[in-house]
Formats: sequence, C-alpha cells, structure tokens
Amino acid sequence: MNISTRKFDTLVIGAGGAGLRASLQLSLADATVAVISKVFPTRSHTVAAQGGMNAALGNVSSDHWHWHMYDTVKGSDYLGDQDAIEYMCRAAPETIIELEHYGVPFSRLENGSIYQRPFGGQSQNFGGDQAARTCAAADRTGHAMLHSLYQQNIKAKTHFFDEFFAIDFIKNEKGLILGAIAVDIETNEKLIIEAKTVLIATGGAGQLFRTNTNASINTGDGMAMALRADIPLQDMEFFQFHPTGIAGKGMLITEGVRGEGGYLVNCEGERFMERYAPHAKDLASRDVVSRAIAIEIREGRGCGPNKDYVMLKLDHLGSEVIKKRLPGIRDTSMTFMGVDPIEEAIPVFPTAHYTMGGIPTNRYGQVVVPVGTGSEEVIPGLYAAGECACASVHGANRLGGNSLLDIVVFGRAAGNHIIDYLKENPHHKALPEDCADSILKRLERWEKPTDSSEKSYTIPELKAELQQVMEENCGVFRTEEVLEKGVIAVKEIKAKLKKAKMSDYSNVFNTARIEALELENLVEIGLATVISALARKESRGAHSRMDYEERDDINWMKHSLYFMENNALTFKPVRSKPMTVESFPPKVRVY
Amino acid sequence: MRFTLYRFNPETDSEPYMKDYELLNIEPGTMLRDALLRIKNEQDESLSFRHSCGEGVCGSDGMNINGKNGLACVTSVDSLKEPVTIRPLPGMPVIRDLIIDMTQFFTQYHVVKPWLIVKDPIPDVELKQTPEQRDKLDGLYECILCGCCSMSCPSFWWNPDKFLGPAALLQSWRFLADSRDQATEERLEALEGPYKLFRCHSIMNCVDVCPKQLNPTKAIGNIKKLMLKNMV
Repeated sequence: MNISTRKFDTLVIGAGGAGLRASLQLSLADATVAVISKVFPTRSHTVAAQGGMNAALGNVSSDHWHWHMYDTVKGSDYLGDQDAIEYMCRAAPETIIELEHYGVPFSRLENGSIYQRPFGGQSQNFGGDQAARTCAAADRTGHAMLHSLYQQNIKAKTHFFDEFFAIDFIKNEKGLILGAIAVDIETNEKLIIEAKTVLIATGGAGQLFRTNTNASINTGDGMAMALRADIPLQDMEFFQFHPTGIAGKGMLITEGVRGEGGYLVNCEGERFMERYAPHAKDLASRDVVSRAIAIEIREGRGCGPNKDYVMLKLDHLGSEVIKKRLPGIRDTSMTFMGVDPIEEAIPVFPTAHYTMGGIPTNRYGQVVVPVGTGSEEVIPGLYAAGECACASVHGANRLGGNSLLDIVVFGRAAGNHIIDYLKENPHHKALPEDCADSILKRLERWEKPTDSSEKSYTIPELKAELQQVMEENCGVFRTEEVLEKGVIAVKEIKAKLKKAKMSDYSNVFNTARIEALELENLVEIGLATVISALARKESRGAHSRMDYEERDDINWMKHSLYFMENNALTFKPVRSKPMTVESFPPKVRVY
Repeated sequence: MRFTLYRFNPETDSEPYMKDYELLNIEPGTMLRDALLRIKNEQDESLSFRHSCGEGVCGSDGMNINGKNGLACVTSVDSLKEPVTIRPLPGMPVIRDLIIDMTQFFTQYHVVKPWLIVKDPIPDVELKQTPEQRDKLDGLYECILCGCCSMSCPSFWWNPDKFLGPAALLQSWRFLADSRDQATEERLEALEGPYKLFRCHSIMNCVDVCPKQLNPTKAIGNIKKLMLKNMV
C-alpha cells in the first residue's frame, strides 16, 4: 500500500455548521481533529442559510422550549423522534448563546438582546398565537454562523484538509469504521486518514432535483459513503420543497419574508393561504404552503404568461424593513429577476430544498443500525450530524429555522460524545492490510481512459437526466404509477453511469473527475429516495401521495430504512417517548 | 456569444494560452457561471474553475472578467462585451485554468485574528449590543472571502506576504468595530509597521470590484483613524 497515512483522534468529513461545531468542541478539548472538506470551509452550504435559527429565548414573544418541541413534533407530522426533539429544543437557547459568544453578529432588539422573527409552524402555548422564535442576523444567518464557527476553529487550531474529497470509509472485519480514504483534489493523490472516531457531516442532496435551492456541492456524498459501508438511510422519501424559490431558477427567498409580514398571492390577487391555513396563513408549515401553491397553479390560478408561479408580495413592508431585515434576498431578487421587492412582488415556486432523511442516529449523534432483533444498535465510534443525518428531529417535514439549530445542537452533542468515547478508547485499532484495495479498485475506472468502443455517456448528460427524472417522478405530488416509472428510470441511469466516460483524465484539479464521483453518490441517493417513496403508501409531511391522501398512523407511523444491497427496505418504530415530558400523540394536523 | 478563456494545465502545457469558444442560443439574463458550465459540459470537459452556491454567497467563483475581478455567478453575460475574456484572479499562482492558489490570501486573513476576543468573564446570557452598535458591523461581516478585492490591489500584488490586503484588513476592522470585542490595543499594535496596514495607498480598486458592495478602503481608513486617536 503506497498511500500516505495520517492519524487523528477524530476525522470530521464536511466543514459546514455541523462539522465545524463538532470540530470546535473537540479541538477545545485537546483532541486531534482533522476536518476534510471538498471546498474551502466557508464555501460550505451552511453559508447560504438565510432566515435564522429557532430557540425559545422569549426575547420578542413569550416562549418555552416545550412549545418549540410541540411545534417541531407537529411539524414533523408525528414522524420525528420525540426524545431527540426534546433534546434539541431544550439545548437551543444555550447553543445560540454560545454562538453569540463566538462572535455571530446577530441582529439586535432595542434592549440589546438577540433579534427574533416569526417563522412558519411556530406557536405559543401548544398551538396558540404565533411565536417569534427565529434568531436572525438579517437574512444572512447561515453566513454569519459559518464564518464565526470557522474563525473559532482557526483560533482553536483545528487541522483542515481543504479541497479534499472523501471517497469511502475504511472498515475492519468487525464492521468498525477506522477512518476514510480521501483524494487531494489539487493533485489526485490519495490519502488514508486513520481515526478512532469519524463524524459524517456532509450535508444534503438537493442536487437530485433540476430546480433546487442548493449549491452544486450538495450531492449527498457522506450518505452514499454510508450506503456503501452497508449502513442504511432513513426516511429518504421525505424531501422538502421550499415554498419560495425564485420561479424557474430556484434561488432561495427566505421564509423570513413571510415572517416579517410578506404574503403569497395568486393571479386573482387573492391571499390564498387564508383558505388552506385559516389560522397560520402564510406561516403554515412548509409542506402545507408548498402544496397550496402547487394546487393553485394546477387549478389555473398561477401568475405569468404560463400561469406557472405565484407572487410573494412584500412591498407593503416598506423599504426600511426590507433594507434592514432582508437585504440579501433583495439583492438576489434584483440580480436574478431584475425585480426590486421594495416595489414589486417576487415570482416564486416550490423548489427542492432539504433532505429530511439521512444516516440514522440517536440523540448523541451516534450512527445506529438494525442488528438481529435490535433496530437501533450503535456502531461504536461512528457519528453523523446535520442534514446528512436523521436523528430524527424533522420527521416528515422540517420547520424553518430548525436546520441551523439541528446542525449546531447535534454537532456539539456528537463532539461531546466523542470526547467521552476517546477516553474509553484511547488507541487506534489496527488497519487491515488490504483495507484500501476495494476502494481504490472502485476508483480505477476514473483514473485512465478505457479503450472500449461501446456506446458511452457523459457525466453532465446523466446528471441532467437524473435531475429531470427526480423532478418529474418524485416531486411535490406523487402516485404509484409515477414513482414506479421513477424507480425504473433511476436504475437505468445507474446502469448507464457504469458506461460513462470522461474526456479528460488529468490529475491536477480535475473537476470533471470529482463530478463523476459526485454523480455516483447522487444516483444512489436518488434510488434510496424514489424507492422509499414508492413503498410508503400514505401521505405524511412532505410525502404527498395522490393515491393515498390520508396519513395512516396504524400502518405507517414508522421510519423506513433503505439498504443499498438489493435495494432492500425495512422499517423501525418512531421513538415517541420523550426524555422527560409526556409524549405528544398524533393529532390531525391543521394550521 | 464568443468567449476567450485562459487555459493552463501544468501536466500538459508548458505555458498558459487563451482559447476561444462560442456559445449559441444564450438566453438573456444567463449568468457567466452558467455560460462557463455550458462550455464545460457541452464542449470541453477539461475546463476547470471553482463554483458552488450560484448566488454570490459562497465566494468560490471569483475570476477576472473582461479585465475586472468579479463573481461569475452574479455577473450577467448581457452586460459583457465580446469576446468575453476570462482570466484567473491576478496576482496569485495558478493551479490550473481559472483556479488559483489562495494560500497566501488565507494566511493574511489568519494574521488579523479574525475572531471575537472577550476578556471579561463570559456571562450566561448574550453579550448585549444595541442596534446602533450592531449597525457598525453592516458592510463588514458580509465578506465572503472571494478574494476579488485583494487580487485587484497593486499593493497586494507587490507584497502579498507583507501587506495584509483589503480583505484581511476589512476583517480586522470588523472586529475592531464590534462593541463586544476587547482586544483593540493588541489588534492595532499588530498592524504597526510600514507594510501590514500602511501599504494601502487608497487606490480603491477593492471598492470598485467587491461583489458584495463592501468598502475595504473605508475600513482601512477607519483603522488608521483609530490608531491616530489612540496615539494622542
């Protein structure tokens, strides 16, 4: 084996909010941490989060973590695990105070405390009046957080491997994860990073869909690495469509617009959310608002020459509020649509946004898999946090403002658990002699041209095909027929990908090679998503089946687990029992 | 639409060269990043450049566009004169095509200790800050570290190892201006000497190119003023 090897206590894969919060916790505890990231850390997609982060600080409206928990359980359409949700909502206030101490430039109230705005699905007193729970730095909260976390990591001397792409985990015969192989994008040299503990924090897979709010790097790499290591993915059928992506283009327009008082109108100028959610109106849960927009358009009340979008109106907020609280989306709207929201409404459409499913974990961030009769056995030393993980705090539908919260709460929780684990397990385990062989074998086809004359495909054409198939067959509304077509089509793309070729096999910063590896990952996530969606014969949260319109708690209040081997699905129960409080039983979900 | 792109692959090319491409059927409002992706996907997979978010917040795709530094993803091709000439950001070593080695840029960013320093005991609530104090951070914290400013600065081209450059100095002021920060004296002391701060000659290229409309020259001026104030 001629690959160089580096040893660390912990390997963190991904440098978004979850990875950086965990690595900071570890570096401060004097653990040696390697963070590998395929982009420079502040390019990670956390940077694009806009509206804010939920915490029951009660700075603006009266609030309590238990109300936040209720909203999150209801928002999840009762598929969220209530122990993890209780943990997250309880931890939220102290986590955000820590971030403030790290330097995050939160917007402020007159009394000097952190500004909070209303967001969708938030209530006081278990379903009462609208709460204002989302802590914000204007509409650039993710940027503010990510930069502050990166800055604290430099101070704490975290070791970064920037522009390294993780390929696969190294396992031993007992199935323990001992590190990973990564490639230095600048040179194409491979590197083994040996670690006593590994945290997967690679984010979501929004690139599955043609129109999405995500960065081009969001290709589900860590989730696909987990699949290849025989770890299942949980609840992949639940993909969030954000109600307000810029129509036809996909750039995100934050829910904070509606939090600040903006609202949606159809071609008749009607504020249609009043019909779908009489109480919460435009601040209903995202799945509810996205479906409402899709129905308005289907029934012919869309705007524009093709009646294929609705309008997000905020000009009535006045230029001062817009410039102060929403400067980023004003920029985006002017740049991409030539529309200044101070004067005109923004055309919007539900746009692929967030992967609710992911690598199954418990509330400590430990990866848990079914073994024998147990449905949640811990893989010692392996952790996952953030969008790639499924704790599950979001269940079938994530609330706005709970994603930035999720990444820091569970990044920190995983960091803390790892610190304890390292005390008990102070030594590296021996790497098997042949540990890199099968991984390097998988890479071989992208290393040099093959001379087969068979029909081949290019990576960009297959990626476009995958995104088209997912958009047409696994969108806001789903049916058996459409999903079956989707499964077949994604399997075909996977088969074509085996024959794909590149035209450039050079070593130095070959982005075409990285895109090929990313597409291999993305196709596996696509299969997991569409196969899980076909199996679930009910409508819950973001998974909306026109042929099974009702939620079915008797047969389907359970998590799905998709395995790469044989595309197999199994199920496990929802953890309905919270840590200390009474369980919230499923109720009809109205806003 | 015609493009002429800087190309260099150290494995195969003895020196850099410009290569012409033509794209047909460009829709109005197409961003330069999407045009470059079309060239890469449809014509020449070997073209390499960094990009990610596509909306001007991640800072990956800084490049020199018709002679001026900017982000490809928020630059509409409608506004560009043909042939659209694209080169890497100037002043740093080129790794390949439009990809530069930004090590020196980030080293200088680290030098200014870009993190909040609080010396008092940390309270269990937030450090209070009035809206007016917080307003002082607007125009500073939004920096995306794309490098467009420092790579347009002649002083930085000449002394990238000694002059900290507009991006790093903007960050220095971001913390000096933060009412919560308690390291003003150390921060100012660390900027003394003829190079780190004082190589700025107010050429203002940085202000001209910043894709986030930030003003590093003004931030540098503010640091100088504060130094002067602290001296008397």
